[in-house]
Amino acid sequence: MSAVLDKVGLDSETQKVVTTPLVENNPITLQVLGICSALAVTSKMSTSLIMALALTLVTAFSSAAISAIRNHIPGSIRIIVQMTIIASLVIVVDQILKAFAFDVSKQLSVFVGLIITNCIVMGRAEGYAMKNPPLESFWDGIGNGMGYSLILVTVAFFREILGAGKLLGFEVLKLTKDGGWYDPNGLMLLPPSAFFIIGLIIWGVRQWKPNQRETVDYKIMSIAHGEGGHH
Amino acid sequence: MEAYISLFIKSVFIENLALSFFLGMCTFIAVSKKISTAMGLGIAVMIVQAITVPANNLVYHAVLKENALAAIGIQGVDLSFLALLSCIGMIAALVQILEMILDKFFPALYHALGVFLPLITVNCAILGGSLFMIERDYNFGESVTYGVGSGLGWALAITVMAGVREKLKYSDIPAGLQGLGITFITAGLMSLGFMAFSGIQL
Repeated sequence: MSAVLDKVGLDSETQKVVTTPLVENNPITLQVLGICSALAVTSKMSTSLIMALALTLVTAFSSAAISAIRNHIPGSIRIIVQMTIIASLVIVVDQILKAFAFDVSKQLSVFVGLIITNCIVMGRAEGYAMKNPPLESFWDGIGNGMGYSLILVTVAFFREILGAGKLLGFEVLKLTKDGGWYDPNGLMLLPPSAFFIIGLIIWGVRQWKPNQRETVDYKIMSIAHGEGGHH
Repeated sequence: MEAYISLFIKSVFIENLALSFFLGMCTFIAVSKKISTAMGLGIAVMIVQAITVPANNLVYHAVLKENALAAIGIQGVDLSFLALLSCIGMIAALVQILEMILDKFFPALYHALGVFLPLITVNCAILGGSLFMIERDYNFGESVTYGVGSGLGWALAITVMAGVREKLKYSDIPAGLQGLGITFITAGLMSLGFMAFSGIQL
């Protein structure tokens, strides 16, 4: 990863800005941001890739734009200014999709518009871009957008391959109805499966990085050791 | 009349904004730890949804829709690409006005719901409701029904979720799954439950 970023010509500080949101500080699994609008498009890889690209670009450019004018925005109306900038960028993305990828735009339906209220975009604008210079904010937007894309595409990968035996529309597992061996799991194409997969991803990440675990409100005591209960 | 009842049932249960379209997930997960808070937020969402969806419907049909401006003599103008901007502006403005009205005339209600109102402007369920209304081309009556129904559906989902989570905190969950992880799995199971309604036809 860092070798690729070296080639692009980023210094180590910027590299950190781009890479920490991928696993260490992932906006979805750790900060619980931006899950809202996007899971509905994860039943196929193609739609989720487009969605991920759209969100990454909007986050990056809105962060850069907001950061560029951050010293001129009065504090009391900053939310509405941020909102307007984000909404304008989303309109641009929406119109581009309608013009060049009409089928995908139909499949994404209202979810492109919902990028406006995606907490990641607002969260990075408010939390990072208001305090940092434009170029860094741009890379921060790219990093967080990619952290989000990673989860989105992973979910879509499992849903498409297990639900339809395909990846990006190409057949990978041959289905029983075409004389193959794989019996598709219809649940994977329905909404509940996205919740399960995200839950399992979070479990996996937290098993791997124990410092991301949440503290328990009520600890279960074991009676065998005589700690629990009041006999 | 029957069509309206059918639309209402559909928007509350079958096409539940939270559980089948994943809308308003951030707040759905973050504010569902206690039943009382969840219910407060749910009611606030329902009120705002019931106001903003019809309001956006009026604006869309009177100004933005293709040839809507013909009434004042401007022909062939299609402003529907501005729908996103006008919807979000409308929502932000209405929430602000609602907050002021509650503060002035219903202080008790303001204290109960006030903290949730700023959260609601950026709640995807609210914008999503308005965008679905535009996409499905609802008329005014349908948009009122849809607004109330989808808001109620979201409120129901978050309240039930909070009920489950209140019980869950005493259970022995694997360390990595604690908190966020188990909440997602629970939401998945609830979503399965709500899918059982999808056979209902009126």
